Amino acid sequence: MGLLAQYVINGAMLGMMYALVAVGFSLFFGVLDVIQFAHGDVLMVGAFAGLAAHALLAHLGVTSPALLLLGVLAAAALSMAILGALIARAVVLPLKSVPPINVLLMTLMLGTALREAIRLFYPGGSQPQRFPSLLPGTATAVGALTLRLDNAILFATGALLIVGTHLFITGTRLGLAIRAVAQDEETARCMGIDFTKVVLATFALGSALAAVAGVMNGLYYNEVGFGMGLLLGVIGFSAAVVGGLGNLYGAILGGFLFAALQTIGAAALPFASAYKDVFAFGVVIVLMAFRPTGLIGEKASERV
Amino acid sequence: MSGFSRIAAALVASVLLSAYLLLFLRAESTYTVALLLACGVAVALALRAKPLAPLARAAGSSRALPPFGLLGVVALALLLRDDAFSLFLVARVLVIALACLGLHLQFGSAGVVNFAGAAFFGIGGYTAAVLGRGGAIPGALVLLAGGVAAAVIGSVLILPVLRTRGHYAALVTVAFGILFRTFLEVNDTLGGPQGLKLAGLEIFGLRLGDDLALGPLEGSFLVKYVLAAVVLLALGFALVLRIERSFVGLALDAVRLDETAAAAFGLDVARWKILAFTVGNFLTGLAGALSAYLVGFIAPNNFTFSESLIFVSIILLGGIGNAAGVPLAAAIVLLLPEKLQLLQEYRYLLYALLVMAVLLFRPGGLLPRRLRRWEAGGAA
Repeated sequence: MGLLAQYVINGAMLGMMYALVAVGFSLFFGVLDVIQFAHGDVLMVGAFAGLAAHALLAHLGVTSPALLLLGVLAAAALSMAILGALIARAVVLPLKSVPPINVLLMTLMLGTALREAIRLFYPGGSQPQRFPSLLPGTATAVGALTLRLDNAILFATGALLIVGTHLFITGTRLGLAIRAVAQDEETARCMGIDFTKVVLATFALGSALAAVAGVMNGLYYNEVGFGMGLLLGVIGFSAAVVGGLGNLYGAILGGFLFAALQTIGAAALPFASAYKDVFAFGVVIVLMAFRPTGLIGEKASERV
Repeated sequence: MSGFSRIAAALVASVLLSAYLLLFLRAESTYTVALLLACGVAVALALRAKPLAPLARAAGSSRALPPFGLLGVVALALLLRDDAFSLFLVARVLVIALACLGLHLQFGSAGVVNFAGAAFFGIGGYTAAVLGRGGAIPGALVLLAGGVAAAVIGSVLILPVLRTRGHYAALVTVAFGILFRTFLEVNDTLGGPQGLKLAGLEIFGLRLGDDLALGPLEGSFLVKYVLAAVVLLALGFALVLRIERSFVGLALDAVRLDETAAAAFGLDVARWKILAFTVGNFLTGLAGALSAYLVGFIAPNNFTFSESLIFVSIILLGGIGNAAGVPLAAAIVLLLPEKLQLLQEYRYLLYALLVMAVLLFRPGGLLPRRLRRWEAGGAA
């Protein structure tokens, strides 16, 4: 029983990270109808920005874990918000009128460039880097199950961020503008919404969320590497698509669903746990065959 | 321009291209390579200027260009017969070009996205490794089986690919590519992460693994692999170009440009998409089988998602929808990093930046899609 609970906790952590990444994909798709495939690598760069911030703060003599953690999160989120807006400005917006596959390839190549840049230019970047553990490692035993405080904090942070994003999108003027652009770009422009500003803000928001997910990933596994973004990006993309692109709740649902599939594949099925990704992606393909526009699908009818 | 002068132009173009490739492959220092690259770019730009443009167009539109080009490669292989590394590179370019020809049929003609090119390439390779193990099955059949296996396994994706569109369809193939690679990595019967070894290929009693000894001609066994790749690529080109020029190609174009309109005109959209997907996977699998023999061993690491991306960037760089761009782009993408050894460490970065630059400034690729021309007496 304890083992199963451990699997569930682990799955929930993964699901939170996937959901944070998937929300970004969904936001970008909402405003621009594009897939920003460098998103996973933005996450990775965010984790490394956090690592660099930690080194800097430690060098300056900061020792309080809370301050360090705050500094790491702020540095990662802020720098990735700027990077995300830059990507939107320099790479995605200029390709607005070309076929979507060009944008897809463009951002994939951008992801490769980011990955290679970290590998080549971050000191020791070609090896996995140890990520400092900044959270208290206290564990409480609840029956046969050990609950670790750091995991609880990570999970709560992720949940707060997602709720915050939801409140931001539904409750603020900028959020309203984002939803308006997602619904109909031209009408939104006619209503006096600054399209470019909204796009940049959306990319900044989504990328900051990815950066937090990256730091979470680093704290959870105590390690970051230049290649960590590729699979996380693909999984985030799968989660967003399975949930239904452009839909925030779909992305969250997709993220947790994917983590659940991996957990089931690892724990509950008769074959070796190494097949968990094979199982999860296999189910994704089958789901796409039955719900071609995702679980919470776009209501799309084609105008001729 | 008359037919004869077109053929002459194509002949001159092939000779020049082969000579250029020979110089390029023989170049030792990075400076020579850089100089050759500068010359190449200069010539490419000059060909677009007024006096030379009609000649270039004549050569490019000539039906004689593909055969002459392939003959040029044969001559190149014979000239390079002792240089194993260059021969290997040439064979690799040809094999990857064949694989990308399959993707060209999917992306370029029917508009079916496939981000699992490396997976189908790998299916071909693993089929060859498993079937060729005992040596009981004739080599030609093993190669063919590689293609067939890729097409058959690909057919499980037909339903999701047909029902989804755009990014949703992209996800299906991305997921399949990753699934395939993970499966190979954890599966012990197929060698796991270490992969499988292959013996030399034997086609119609001809052992491709032995060194070349043809009367006075002696050289590396790789010459034979280059020749085999040339033959397969020629067949692949013949197939793809025939499809494009026929009513099938017209139907595929219609499906790509507007599914709704195509269906309204009575075209069976599903049928044409399945055709393009299956034939494309067959070509990619065939190339994968030959590639496995060429390299002598296969491992899951050769069939990653990044590898699929390289395939896609080759067809995009060459110009989506123009088969002639495929070998050109394959040569650029595969040879450039090998030749710029000085930049070895930075080659992937440079390569990513190069593709991004092409996408930004020349979104149609190096040789953009040509419009169909109407010719009296047939669709073309």
